[in-house]
Amino acid sequence: MLKSKRWINFIFQIAALVLALLFTSLILLAVGAPPLQAYKNILAGAFGSWDSFSNVLVAWVPLLLTTAGLLITFAAGLWNIGVEGQIVLGAIGTTWVLRLLQDSSWPPALILILAILAGMIGGALWAALAGVLKTFGGVNEIFGGLGLDFVATAMTLWLIFGPWKRPGIGSMSGTEPFPEHLWLPQITDFRISAWALGLAIVGMVIVYFLLQGTYFGLKLKAVGKNIKAAFLLGVPTWQYLMLSFILCGMFAGTAGAIQVTAVYHRLIPSISSGYGWLALLVAMLINYQAIWAAPVALFYAALNIGSIRLPIVLKLDSSLSGVLQGMLVLFVLLGEGVRQRLLRRS
Amino acid sequence: MNVELRHIHKHFGAVHANDDITLSIPAGTIQGILGENGAGKSTLMKVLSGFIQADSGEILLDDQPVIIKSPADAIQHGVGMLHQDPLDFPPMRISDNFIIGRGGALFPNHNAIVREIKQLADKFGFSLDPEAYVDSLTVGERQQLEIIRLLWLGARALILDEPTTGISALQKEKLFTTLKLLAEQGKTIIFVSHKLEDVEQLCHRVAVLRAGQLVGETKAPYKIEKLVEMMFGKMITLGKRKSFKPGPVILSLRDVAIEDARLKLSDINLEVHAGEVIGLAGMEGSGQGPFLRACAGLVRPVNGKVIVGDSDLTGKNYHGFKRRGVSFLPAARLEDGLVPGLNLTEHFILAEKPQGLFIDNSWGRKLAEERISAFNIRGMPVSPVESLSGGNQQRALLALLQDPLSLVLLEHPTRGLDIESVIYIWSKLKERCRQGSAIIFISSDLEEILQYSDRVLVFFSGQVSPPLEAEKTSVDQLGYLIGGKGWSDTFASQRSLHA
Repeated sequence: MLKSKRWINFIFQIAALVLALLFTSLILLAVGAPPLQAYKNILAGAFGSWDSFSNVLVAWVPLLLTTAGLLITFAAGLWNIGVEGQIVLGAIGTTWVLRLLQDSSWPPALILILAILAGMIGGALWAALAGVLKTFGGVNEIFGGLGLDFVATAMTLWLIFGPWKRPGIGSMSGTEPFPEHLWLPQITDFRISAWALGLAIVGMVIVYFLLQGTYFGLKLKAVGKNIKAAFLLGVPTWQYLMLSFILCGMFAGTAGAIQVTAVYHRLIPSISSGYGWLALLVAMLINYQAIWAAPVALFYAALNIGSIRLPIVLKLDSSLSGVLQGMLVLFVLLGEGVRQRLLRRS
Repeated sequence: MNVELRHIHKHFGAVHANDDITLSIPAGTIQGILGENGAGKSTLMKVLSGFIQADSGEILLDDQPVIIKSPADAIQHGVGMLHQDPLDFPPMRISDNFIIGRGGALFPNHNAIVREIKQLADKFGFSLDPEAYVDSLTVGERQQLEIIRLLWLGARALILDEPTTGISALQKEKLFTTLKLLAEQGKTIIFVSHKLEDVEQLCHRVAVLRAGQLVGETKAPYKIEKLVEMMFGKMITLGKRKSFKPGPVILSLRDVAIEDARLKLSDINLEVHAGEVIGLAGMEGSGQGPFLRACAGLVRPVNGKVIVGDSDLTGKNYHGFKRRGVSFLPAARLEDGLVPGLNLTEHFILAEKPQGLFIDNSWGRKLAEERISAFNIRGMPVSPVESLSGGNQQRALLALLQDPLSLVLLEHPTRGLDIESVIYIWSKLKERCRQGSAIIFISSDLEEILQYSDRVLVFFSGQVSPPLEAEKTSVDQLGYLIGGKGWSDTFASQRSLHA
């Protein structure tokens, strides 16, 4: 009985994937592009060479870290839309420490560690702000987070064009790049940093065990599923809500820190690259189950990277990957709705 | 309008909420509907006003059979219902509330509507400002608003569900005058209440419901004893009860006052002893809920002291009370007490003190198996709580209680349970008493209260009675008291104790 249920789930998920591909193909046909060719190009763009695959990993790291963080807030029943801003604040925190210490004689490793810690703190503080608004101000975390996202973007622009502008004139290309010894070391010949990769994998493993096997995770789930009952069972509910915000902010902030130290080596206006939004999609797609986060995030990162060459080869906009990513989530959620409806009827 | 209900049946799962009810109400009558909680009054009224549909049966309005599918349908046919909790839109103006209920034009004629509201309000002597916001009104004023709104929409039959709860004496008088006036104009008034006094003052005739059946109809003047007997049934001889030996004081309330939106309880003084069971009797919404929550730190008293054992916990929250051995089990098991989506094992683990960072799964499973067999729960360690039956959910809640406890507070512990579960749950609770816990519980089942309590507090419209000895009280007497009758006789000698 349990086994057949699992099969039905699987069939629904496959159906969602097929439908999403079908729908995206229809859109491609409507603009006069050959769908198969487009998918082939995406695949080739993501996995065609070691070089392109390392680019996929570069996108995978912040996506996985942010998804890991979101799994914590989702477990607590929170819609942490502010995660995008939390990545940005992580990047700002890291940039701030790097700027402060880049001319010092401290060892680069120490500076980098401090910078990444500052990124964690920056993300955590920004998340804590959304948490305070929610638990003490009665502001829904969706609205609070959305507002804080805009403030974070504005803050980046202000820093880039104001206090942190390049000598001479500020530009959209961001702040002055940091010297190479303050870059997170990369694997020879690849753009990806082993340290960043390690952080993401360790982070994900921590979140998996946190949610799976600890008292903390169980209490967090209780708060998320029924806050009143959790309180009566003795869980300090508002503290847990705040803590889940802060932890998620730390993960998002780490993602921001890696964007600065391992990818762009400076603060740029779109430093978060939309990974916050993408991570929300990933978390929804995997139905908040930590075990699936790594492969699905990899798939999404591959779509992102693979579609980069679409404009060159097929004269298509690279936002096609976004269409496919969005469609997939919509169809999986739709499939889930239909499945539950059928279940209730039978 | 003549309103006629014929052979109405309504089931909710296994519960037969309305069992073949036939009732005919001629135009110009004020019809009282009496019955205790769960007797089927509200169900019947919801059927008539289109909120729910009967499984079978017929509704006739002015001798024409009608099918009422929704509240909007009902008002089209001239039937309007005034709910116990007003169903209005608080953040909007009175005039907007009027416009919402009426379909039609894209741009409603606001001025004309304001004029019409004023005329109607004047007619009944209500002082309602059409431009006022609804959330600035009192419960009584919101009721007045609902009445004129329903009349304005063309209601010829008005259903009022417990309308005298939460309004002032003056507003009640005005309400009754209005209802009498409307009846004289040929409107049909259906007045649902549990307050014998209100029914006596107002209604031309009364129908009494019990356990889903219409058990009797009478006309004014009424014999109160007869009504009480019809409402609560014949007295059943109680089993033998053991009198308890009072232990040390567990809970004392000193000059406690509690307020919520509807009512205010004040000057409550009570001492509860170890091993004692206190039953709280009264119709729903008479103040027992806030009282019980104040004993748990879930509601903060506006005045007075709450002392558990020898520590003053006034102003502490529930977790402060919990640390002193107080536990509260809510009536809404799945909404407030258990966590849907988590299984039994996870619940038992949550209720225990954490041992380290990681959960020992084999320990958790063993714990769950032990509790499941100790509390005779029909379910598996991995069963999600929402898959359990009501009785088993209640057992699970009891199984979550810590050991030892000084005070257990229960809200409707046996509501909706089969008799086997009721007896089992009380045997478990009495075991707690023998171990030195005190119990305070709310129930709407008077027999349960008298059977299991040592002392009883009666709640009526925000008044709390001095404790009654359960042994010396009969179901009839308690029935009177929760209907607000006979307070001065019963408690005259004890007044000093209360004050």
